[in-house]
Amino acid sequence: MRRLSIFNVVSLTIGFVFLYLPIILLVIYSFNAGRSVAVWGGWSTKWYSSVFENQQLLAASWVTLKVGVLSASVATVLGTLSALALARFGRFKGRTLFSAMVYAPLVMPEVITGLSLLLLFVSLNIDRGFWTIVLSHITFTMCFVAVVVQSRLSSFDRSIEEAALDLGCTPFMTFFRITLPIILPAVISGWMLAFTLSLDDFVIASFTTGPGATTLPMKIYSDVRLGIKPEINAICSLMIAVVTVTVMIASVMTKRQEVERERAERLAVAGR
Amino acid sequence: MTVNPKISPPSNRRWIVTSIPYLWMLVFFLVPFFIVLKISFSSSEIAQPPYAPAFDFMTDTWNDTLEKLLTLTSDNYSRLFQDSIYFSSYLSSLWIAGSSTVMMLFIAYPIAYAMARAPKSWRPTLVMMVVLPFWTSFLIRIYAWIAILSEEGLLNTLLTSLGIIDEPIQILSTNTAVYIGILYSYLPFMVLPLYSTLEKMDESLIESAKDLGCTSIGAFWRITAPLSIPGVIAGCFLVFIPAVGEFVIPDLLGGSETIMIGKTMWEEFFNNRDWPAASGVAIALLLLLMIPIMIFQSNEARQQEAGQ
Repeated sequence: MRRLSIFNVVSLTIGFVFLYLPIILLVIYSFNAGRSVAVWGGWSTKWYSSVFENQQLLAASWVTLKVGVLSASVATVLGTLSALALARFGRFKGRTLFSAMVYAPLVMPEVITGLSLLLLFVSLNIDRGFWTIVLSHITFTMCFVAVVVQSRLSSFDRSIEEAALDLGCTPFMTFFRITLPIILPAVISGWMLAFTLSLDDFVIASFTTGPGATTLPMKIYSDVRLGIKPEINAICSLMIAVVTVTVMIASVMTKRQEVERERAERLAVAGR
Repeated sequence: MTVNPKISPPSNRRWIVTSIPYLWMLVFFLVPFFIVLKISFSSSEIAQPPYAPAFDFMTDTWNDTLEKLLTLTSDNYSRLFQDSIYFSSYLSSLWIAGSSTVMMLFIAYPIAYAMARAPKSWRPTLVMMVVLPFWTSFLIRIYAWIAILSEEGLLNTLLTSLGIIDEPIQILSTNTAVYIGILYSYLPFMVLPLYSTLEKMDESLIESAKDLGCTSIGAFWRITAPLSIPGVIAGCFLVFIPAVGEFVIPDLLGGSETIMIGKTMWEEFFNNRDWPAASGVAIALLLLLMIPIMIFQSNEARQQEAGQ
């Protein structure tokens, strides 16, 4: 096996320190008893308890969670349908426009997406608030779902689908019995991606929100503008913990599924 | 086996599958752009909503619309060139995004290279370690840097206690902090495409170059670097395109000297409530990014064809 050179080890180390140090410091200082961001005043969990007493923060978290679950679920359905259309239906009328519309939001600056959606809601006379944030989040996250699912669709053996159709399965049944179980890991990771993007979004939500709907990033942003508060460190650390645990579980699950699938494939080949 | 007659031919169902997301994207993605375009030609007004529409398709006749088209107010666009704040924010956005992309390339390349040379069993873990911070909120990662860079922050405290500096230096609210923020937030976008091209590369090419008398550095410049060009292009655009329109980083880390187009548009919209001007800035930003986006997409398409 090749050995890494000193240069390789050093660049990896510096790279990972750069990536992780700010986050680790943020988590450590969320346990700081003092108010300062630089002076250590001993360990304490008081900022965590003050997070749970802060009604505004809790309300914002609840709104964010609801927006995330709702928009990720609808976006997963729409994104999977788009992926099916792009990966399976060959050249249909208007395909170029469709694929351009699906790929463009991936690189579109958020300020443009936010402004254009807001102006749409205004010209349609829709009251802005919770539901307009959900609609906007569905729109920009479904494209990410579409890309994730499409890459899985284009890499699997289509002869299984064809076999099912030949054996009298309807296209509808084929999708639910054959295609969906195979692409399910991609669909689930698409949902998770959509969910985290929605939790994370500040710019688009700020444009499309109305009175009464404040998401957690909006709340954090307005607090940060007023200055550093240890409470924000605590809520951020909680969010980091939730995301880290979710990503860890997901990666273990996909790994297990992959191992299982490989074993099943080996068994199938051996049984032949 | 007989085919169930109740089932309609597949093309019918396909039409349904495609039309739902298609309609969604038309209504929520394409139509809004035309609205932005329309409003960018109207004039600002103190009202709710704060603009006087240039067109009113409900009441106008064709002739009215035609007449209005001829006398269309392009004030918002001529302002883009006359008002120095717009022009300089375009230039400075391009400059900040461009130079941080180049810096990023030099930071990310050694990391991606080391990842690609690491033992095979480590690689998935290394990739996951690069991606993991990306899953935590963007705002949180920027916030973490405020605590480090501010005047009474960790970096200044550390440097003064070590005696390197006597007085805290101002890093937060300068362009330096904006560069640090961009480099930090977009690092995975550069590392991952570079890693995926470097990982696919055939090791034996370098070995044979060395056998034929090339030095390690020579082999790198003659073989590794040229072969990684597609990854370099993908990574550069993935960093450059979103960095140009960035709002959160210049707003939270930058100061009054930092003018970037995303921030200018935000202020035009939220602080000055000038919707037509904000729309004009948005359309201009879109035109500015059109070319890089098209280069990026054709690079991706070429890569996919090469892969198949």
